[in-house]
Amino acid sequence: MPDVRAVVEAVFRRESGQILASLIRISGSFDRAEEALQEALASSLASWSERGIPEKPAAWIMTAAHRKLIDGIRRDRTRREKQDSLLYETETVAHPFETDLDQPAMCFPDDRLRLIFTCCHPALNREAQVALTLRTLGGLSTEEVARAFLLPETTLAQRIVRAKRKIQEARIPYETPRVDRLEERLASVLAVIYLIFNEGYSATGGPDLLRRELCAEAIRLGRMMCELQPDEPENIGLLALMLLQDSRREARIAAGELVTLEEQDRALWDRCAIAEGLALVERALERGRVGPYLLQAAIAALHAQAATPSETDWLQIATLYEELWRRTPSPVVALNHAAAIAMSGDLQQGLDGIERLGEALKGYYLFHAARADLLRRLCRTAEAAEAYRRAAALTANPIERGFLERRLREVTSPPYC
Amino acid sequence: MRYMMLIYSQERADDLTPEETADLIRRHSATMSDAAAKGILLGAEPLSRTATATTVRVQDDKTLITDGPFAETKEALAGYYIFELSNLDEAIEWAAKIPTHCKGGAGCIEIRMMPGLPRRAECEVAGAPNA
Repeated sequence: MPDVRAVVEAVFRRESGQILASLIRISGSFDRAEEALQEALASSLASWSERGIPEKPAAWIMTAAHRKLIDGIRRDRTRREKQDSLLYETETVAHPFETDLDQPAMCFPDDRLRLIFTCCHPALNREAQVALTLRTLGGLSTEEVARAFLLPETTLAQRIVRAKRKIQEARIPYETPRVDRLEERLASVLAVIYLIFNEGYSATGGPDLLRRELCAEAIRLGRMMCELQPDEPENIGLLALMLLQDSRREARIAAGELVTLEEQDRALWDRCAIAEGLALVERALERGRVGPYLLQAAIAALHAQAATPSETDWLQIATLYEELWRRTPSPVVALNHAAAIAMSGDLQQGLDGIERLGEALKGYYLFHAARADLLRRLCRTAEAAEAYRRAAALTANPIERGFLERRLREVTSPPYC
Repeated sequence: MRYMMLIYSQERADDLTPEETADLIRRHSATMSDAAAKGILLGAEPLSRTATATTVRVQDDKTLITDGPFAETKEALAGYYIFELSNLDEAIEWAAKIPTHCKGGAGCIEIRMMPGLPRRAECEVAGAPNA
């Protein structure tokens, strides 16, 4: 007999987002929906152990949760009627959405879209958006999310409670945004997903396995967005970007040390992820509308296509960074552009471009690291050493600092050039 | 749900010119008539400048009176709107239609919900016989 608990957990991980989204639509309440889902999971464990696993476990749980939800709403209504003379008339008691108890328990794909737009509503702060998105649409428990973000579980739980309260009290609507607002609202959703990915990808510490799970969660959410809005090039662009970056996971750290793109063993790159990423970039580019994620994915695709570092099409990468800068003119993009110019062969022009960003980026370790790298390649070793020291002083991450110190040792042990 | 829009603007020592005042009034009137026509405007009024404010604080049965606003801030509360709206997205739309800038300062709107007083609070406090 299969392990019932394992089946329940698998169904939960795969389907909870969809089920929860539908329960929220029906009840108009995050808390009520979560409660019903928890109760349904508990009763599925009990019932399946006795009677065996049903043919469609997800549908079983949805039906059970829907029933629990109705019971809960009826119970509350009765209690409210009885206590009416004592009850405060607060508008928050009424729900913002109509509740039709006789409506059949149905899941619509759009429910998840509504839910992620609500979780990433710009009226919530970014930390709340991330916590809520992972909690409601992800398959990780609060404890797992907290551990991956190196936060006490209570802190994370409080963030989620506060966010849910604001949604309820300020009446953040549970809707997909209007067409004229869609672009900015989608940008917020994609930023949250990419932030989750980067939290998992950047090696800032924490248990490695959970960090991998964060990347996997982000990729799963990216896939979900592609499935729900297949015509949106930025959805495809973000998924491609994450897949292409993730494909280098095994190669970017060796023996606890960061390995630069140039020094990575390209045989360790995940060819399946690359193939999927490249195909997605191509598909999105065909649609004509090019946004920041797609541009970054196209850059990642050029790296992925180079069999050796020297075969990298740096000129094309520089052009794409220029295009990206036109859309999101940040000094970090300018830094990458200058670095690409340098790598395309013109070290001095690249260095000049980097030097111009000194004022804006003096506190950013990658600015000093990129500058040091070019100085090293230009054999200006004393200046390179100084820049590596500054970069190392600005990063708290032991893996990154280890890499910079290794470089520092290299440039200071003669004869380097 | 009632939403209160608190207008925060920069206060300047120099008064607005008659043209600037007329322009400000015209822009507020446009928003107010738009909202009134849709039946959602519950109130809107300007406040006098904070230089005329008086702050009163009762401590140990003593009333402390100070000249000026409760908090000196770069952007001060300059007025409010109250709208009857169904959700925060609508409130954000309307907030964006309220003029906030003054003499080059951009200003901003703070949106706050008005959930209302507890209905029977006064009965409980007064111990009304029919409560």
